[in-house]
Amino acid sequence: MFAAENGLKGDPRLEAISAAIRVVPNFPKKGIMFQDITTLLLDHKAFKHTIDIFVDRYKDMQISVVAGVEARGFLFGPSIALAIGAKFIPLRKPGKLPGKVISESYELEYGHDRLEMHVGAVEPRERVIIIDDLVATGGTLSAAMSLLESQGAEVVECACVIGLPEVKGQHKLKGKPLYVLVEPSGLEFC
Amino acid sequence: MSQNEVNDPRIDGIKTKIRVVPDFPKKGIMFQDITTLLLDPKAFKDTIDLFVEKYRDMNISVVAGIEARGFIFGSPIALAIGAKFVPLRKPKKLPGQIIFEEYELEYGSDRLEMHVEAVDSGDRALVVDDLIATGGTLCAAMDLLKRVGAEVVECACVIELPELKGRERLEGKPLYVLVEYR
Repeated sequence: MFAAENGLKGDPRLEAISAAIRVVPNFPKKGIMFQDITTLLLDHKAFKHTIDIFVDRYKDMQISVVAGVEARGFLFGPSIALAIGAKFIPLRKPGKLPGKVISESYELEYGHDRLEMHVGAVEPRERVIIIDDLVATGGTLSAAMSLLESQGAEVVECACVIGLPEVKGQHKLKGKPLYVLVEPSGLEFC
Repeated sequence: MSQNEVNDPRIDGIKTKIRVVPDFPKKGIMFQDITTLLLDPKAFKDTIDLFVEKYRDMNISVVAGIEARGFIFGSPIALAIGAKFVPLRKPKKLPGQIIFEEYELEYGSDRLEMHVEAVDSGDRALVVDDLIATGGTLCAAMDLLKRVGAEVVECACVIELPELKGRERLEGKPLYVLVEYR
């Protein structure tokens, strides 16, 4: 669900966040309107608004774990975790985590990739939110959910700054709530 | 206490949370795993607080974090001190106009990239990574920032491996670390 439909309608912070995101056409390939959050990170106020909105939502939900998807999930997840007193767990590309890992495959447009998590990072019945910068098909988030649920954790919600049109109207991803701040910028030029 | 370590009661709590994994990614390397630090909310908060306390009154306008573990420490620091955050990334991840610096690996080389428009000559920069070993990556990071005219004020890492003498490669710029591993 989009934040504007869920208590934040007309919130000027959402406009500031949306305006700070840059669209780069034809990256990484022709036809893709890439949503570049690096410009959001250059706007301290808008970056802080982004974190504050997530923190306000999750601080009273007894969340003990924030799991962030490499690498742009690492730009939002740690600050949220720190503010709500939760652990931060990085979900990483293969071969980066040094300890014992579990892994989950997910589809790319051409081929597959894998996401890994340290065994023992999350304990059974811990309440988790998963963070990434953007949700498109939901493939990566689904893989992340599988990793956490395989260890007995409860995924409370998936949260992203940007949600592509494929997810509009979808309140759930694999049965779990999906919370998104803004729609992509620049689509009106497609 | 080691020579360059910070003298603060929070340091012991941080040091004990860093897990050493032998022979990763290959035999002979004692890998400094900070993921266990991130699992302890108090120790992670203490880590960030120590950096924020040092830098918040130094007029730092940009925190540059090195992909990917530099993102985990650098972005909360930037938010807390009111600075921009600039990700320094592996090749082909940044979508806009970039500049790059090559740096040496044990076998071969790699490349660090930065968006050119992110930083300019008015900026005072702090470079953040989880660990400094030989200093090659930090050196590349500093070069990127200097090329756009920014002033690199300091480099900050959670961990230093002093025997690899990375500190000497920073062209006289100060290095601030919380923990040494010998």
